[in-house]
Amino acid sequence: MSATGDLDVRVPIGGLFVLLGILLTAYGYLSPTRNGQINLWWGLVMLVFGVLMLLLAP
Amino acid sequence: MAPSLSPVGLRWIDYTIIGVYFLFVLGIGWRLRRAMKTSTDFFLSGRSLPAWITGLAFLSANLGAQEVIGMGASGAKYGISTSHFYWIGAVPAMLFVGLFMMPFYYGSRARSVPEYLRLRFDEKTRAFNAVSFAVMTVFSSGVSMYAMGELMHLLLGWSFNFSVLMSAAIVLSYILLGGLTSAIYNEVLQFFLIVFGFAPLVIVGLNEVGGWSGLTAKLTALAVSQGHSADAYTHAWRGMGAPEHNLIGVEWFGLVMGLGFVLSFGYWCTDFLVVQRAMAADSMEAARRTPLIAAVPKMVFPFLVILPGMIALVIGGSGIIPAKVGPGGGPLLNAAGKVVLDYDLATPSMLMHLFPNGMLGLGLAALLASFMSGMAGNVTAFNTVWTYDLYQAYVRKDASDEHLLWIGRAATVVGILLAIAAAYVAAAFNNIMELLQLVFAFVNAPLFATFFLGMFWRRTTGHGAFFGLLSGTLAAAVHHGLTLPAGSVPGVKGGYFGVLETFPSELGQTFWTAIFAWTTCFVVTIVVSLLTRPRPDEELRGLVYALTPRPVSTARSFYERPAFLGALTILLLLALNLLFA
Repeated sequence: MSATGDLDVRVPIGGLFVLLGILLTAYGYLSPTRNGQINLWWGLVMLVFGVLMLLLAP
Repeated sequence: MAPSLSPVGLRWIDYTIIGVYFLFVLGIGWRLRRAMKTSTDFFLSGRSLPAWITGLAFLSANLGAQEVIGMGASGAKYGISTSHFYWIGAVPAMLFVGLFMMPFYYGSRARSVPEYLRLRFDEKTRAFNAVSFAVMTVFSSGVSMYAMGELMHLLLGWSFNFSVLMSAAIVLSYILLGGLTSAIYNEVLQFFLIVFGFAPLVIVGLNEVGGWSGLTAKLTALAVSQGHSADAYTHAWRGMGAPEHNLIGVEWFGLVMGLGFVLSFGYWCTDFLVVQRAMAADSMEAARRTPLIAAVPKMVFPFLVILPGMIALVIGGSGIIPAKVGPGGGPLLNAAGKVVLDYDLATPSMLMHLFPNGMLGLGLAALLASFMSGMAGNVTAFNTVWTYDLYQAYVRKDASDEHLLWIGRAATVVGILLAIAAAYVAAAFNNIMELLQLVFAFVNAPLFATFFLGMFWRRTTGHGAFFGLLSGTLAAAVHHGLTLPAGSVPGVKGGYFGVLETFPSELGQTFWTAIFAWTTCFVVTIVVSLLTRPRPDEELRGLVYALTPRPVSTARSFYERPAFLGALTILLLLALNLLFA
């Protein structure tokens, strides 16, 4: 086992961004002047980035 | 009347986001705890990390409070000219260390920058660098903790003790568990969190002021109303002919030589905090590409950290930066009776005013990430220098690897405790910390001359390097003591030996002090080296340019080659400077 413990850094990054993306999107959707929807849209951006990171992590 | 800033109300969503971030940070340390089997694993990640990871960590270790809060403040004070700290004051040095210096750092198999100095020069030069660096990292970490404690108290009403102890406990836990790998992995995570936390701030902020054209129009009107030239905030190079014609108060030569050469190369090319990230790379090729990869996001970071400060200056018509608090509790006024703004609160004010709950939690997590990545960078550099360059060199030369690993963990705990103590010293005696940072600046200013001559002139001797460093440090203290920025009184700002020259700004004085220190070190090193016996060539192979085979790129694709990356970065750098000239 190397000093990285075979942990690909993209796994925790992807995991964190997926979780935060879901949290922000859900909060923006469930509790919706001009920036009110930013939680929803930025949450989706973070969710997509997180999924991409997990896919890039085999 | 400047606006005031009152603690904001966080909701469950904000606390949840910050809590989830902390859990992931600690989780990385926990997951890596079994991988730390040798001291090389703990201090250098077993030299096993790919270039893209070490590259982002190289950048992120420097993304402390000074960067995120300080550059936002400078953006509000100096406008787009603050980009000089990136496009002149960072990227060229990052290219130089990657293309020309990394072959010696990585190729010599030195475990730290002070150890390279021992291999190239002698024990006393290593000791001088190791001791000053170890003390400096602990105090830097403490100052960062202090700034975070103050800011969190102001923004959220959190107690100073809670902020300092919480951040220290988290950083201590993940470094103790996973060593440098844990710090680097978290720095990469923090890099992305900072980007995703601050990018929407810029997007929403620009939207509020009418886009880029709206921002420049408002800043132009503000500059004219303040008596500056119309393009003072919106152009980086106009007005650099004379210090009184630009907001920084420095002429082009002082900027390019003082910031762009002496201070910038002194930091990016010799500071173990950043070089350690490249030393953790899995090959010479990856080590050389580390700073080159970091240079690309570094070039665009001004748009992420400077723009919020510029927007804060004009958003809502008259800006949202609160005033500094005067002795009587009201806003602080300058000699002309005008309100003095607290520029350090420019970026935090933007977070408070533009982000709803939810995004606010993300922005605050990004802010905490910047503080913690800077702190962790200092602690990992400290524990390595303490263990290899002080403990193993002077206390137990024959220590086993297992013992060094234990000492490294103990040094991590001691380093964090000393940093906490430094944070409380800073809180109680702010002037002492200012004085200490001044001394560190004197020690740092001449450093690059020593490394440059050591790597590129084989005749340089250990005596030359040591006395060059000492005389450079002394020259910095003398120059600072004989000069003063306009409007300051003799003391910690300079002039303590008498005032021979007054600079238009503090930055001008800083840059010229650095130029004097570097030049003195350069000349003294050459003179003393010519008077003393050099080491034989066979002892210098792999340590100096003339006696080291040129590294041959093993990259499979042309775009992975250091030379291509360097050329591309230079082109982008020229384009950015021309675009915002």
